[in-house]
Amino acid sequence: MSAPETVLVRARGVHKAFGPLEVLKGIDLDVAAGEVVVILGPSGSGKSTFLRCINHLETIDQGFVEVDGEQIGFRLKNGRLNKLTNREIAAQRSRIGMVFQQFNLYPHMTALENVIEAPIGVHKQSRDEATRYARELLTRVGLSEKFDAYPRQLSGGQQQRVAIARALAIRPRLMLFDEPTSALDPELVGEVLATMRDLAKEGLTMIVVTHEIGFAKEAADRVVFMDGGVVVEQGPPGEVLANPKHARTRSFLSRFI
Amino acid sequence: MSGFNPSDDALRDVKLAHVPFPLPRVALWAFTLAVALGFAYIVAINPNFGWPVVAQYFFDPTVMQGLSVTLGLTVVAMIIGVALGLILAIARMSQDRLASSLAGLFIWFFRGTPLLVQLIFWYNMSTLFPRISIGIASWNTNDLITPLTAAIVGLALNEAAYMAEIIRGGLLSVDKGQAETAQAFGMTKARALRRIIIPQAMKSIVPPTGNQLISMIKATSLVSVIAMADLLYSVQSIYNRTFEIIPLLLVAVLWYLLITSILNIGQSAIERHYSRGDRGLTTDKKKENPMPSGAVDERA
Ligand SMILES: Nc1ncnc2c1ncn2[C@@H]1O[C@H](COP(=O)(O)OP(=O)(O)OP(=O)(O)O)[C@@H](O)[C@H]1O
Ligand SMILES: [Mg+2]
Repeated sequence: MSAPETVLVRARGVHKAFGPLEVLKGIDLDVAAGEVVVILGPSGSGKSTFLRCINHLETIDQGFVEVDGEQIGFRLKNGRLNKLTNREIAAQRSRIGMVFQQFNLYPHMTALENVIEAPIGVHKQSRDEATRYARELLTRVGLSEKFDAYPRQLSGGQQQRVAIARALAIRPRLMLFDEPTSALDPELVGEVLATMRDLAKEGLTMIVVTHEIGFAKEAADRVVFMDGGVVVEQGPPGEVLANPKHARTRSFLSRFI
Repeated sequence: MSGFNPSDDALRDVKLAHVPFPLPRVALWAFTLAVALGFAYIVAINPNFGWPVVAQYFFDPTVMQGLSVTLGLTVVAMIIGVALGLILAIARMSQDRLASSLAGLFIWFFRGTPLLVQLIFWYNMSTLFPRISIGIASWNTNDLITPLTAAIVGLALNEAAYMAEIIRGGLLSVDKGQAETAQAFGMTKARALRRIIIPQAMKSIVPPTGNQLISMIKATSLVSVIAMADLLYSVQSIYNRTFEIIPLLLVAVLWYLLITSILNIGQSAIERHYSRGDRGLTTDKKKENPMPSGAVDERA
């Protein structure tokens, strides 16, 4: 709303159905570079599905998604829309970081190996360079002692911070978080949210699905409330969280006080 | 019924505890050992086993020749079998209907027919197809299918069918989130398989593969029907001359057991390698864990 902002993510009329079940019924969403968007909504409203459409883990049925000026999964050429090859799609995903609810660390690799895997394998960085940066990132998320620990030797909160470092290691233009703290014991939630708040301050573009209203209040530039496969309302956290316009938002939020 | 007496506290330190002598266990051990030694003694002094003859032929050139055929066939057939099995497993699991049904058909056929029959068919291929042609190239089947190639092809294709199912089971055992994560990070399918999925699948692939390898060593003895001189065939050829049947069979048995033992050691080492990261700090600490290796430590 200030100076002209670059739009990093553009979603237009995104529809997605699983068989007869229509999960997304036309989602429009713009995310500016450096913006932190928190998506709230009841279970089953399609939040995860929408996030997965952004990096083409799900193929959408209608509409389009654009990240950094490139349409995800397709290319418009001479007025014809062509599906990209698997390799091209992989390349598009390679600068979108993702953090999962269940962490999904590679259990057969140490924390450090988890972090350097994509930089070496996908981005063809040298092992030295990747390792140096991985050490820096793991230190930044408070895990300087745990480079050589295997995931099972780490607490849930530590695992999720490794997962965040792993996503940062690909120098993402966009970070997607799908309920990053939902699988954590309450006393471990804080350390992960603190890490995410730091990232938000550093100007990383983030789309965060979470039930942590506190995080939305403090760190979000914008809150998007989804229900039944549509965006019901959105706006600055001060407005949406304090004075929700829609009854559905109100009833959803009332569960958190 | 009385509570703890605080004055006993110093004596309650578990460090000072005495362990009762495990008499029943020790007795059982002693008994088992005695029976085993007794049995070994009876076998050793029984002249009918012909131990001097066993020693005489143990390193006989014919036996060595047969041993090398058995080992060579096992290694080559197993390598081809595993490689082809991997391809079949991936094809079987692919979205592509054609690939998955072709793989299914292959597995169905080669698992569903006796290996002996398959070997005989390969060996007699020339009676079914006198000439084999691919495009403009064409060969006399008899030049291609020697006993050796028939044995390799027969054993390898049969092995591939079994390995395909073992590998498929292993791949399916890996959490689906792993493939998805690799995908989200921009890995190609091949890379995700090689770096993420297969290393995790190995934990459940290695033990049954060890089984397969051991069965394969013994299955190679079937190739004697197509005139391949494997280990068993070589001792048979000797006792057909000397009539010392039992001692020569013992030569073969001892060699089979020796190879199997070496393989078992190798298998344990490989299993340890692929279960790194399974909790304990280092892989060699595993022995201290009283739980079987399959036990999973649930931790959210
Ligand atoms: N692969 C799939 N196949 C079939 N149905 C699916 C699939 N993935 C999601 N769904 C369905 O789509 C709906 C939306 O799921 P989604 O995971 O997007 O919800 P969500 O908003 O993330 O919910 P939660 O807060 O519980 O994570 C659900 O009804 C779910 O059962
Ligand atoms: Mg979800």
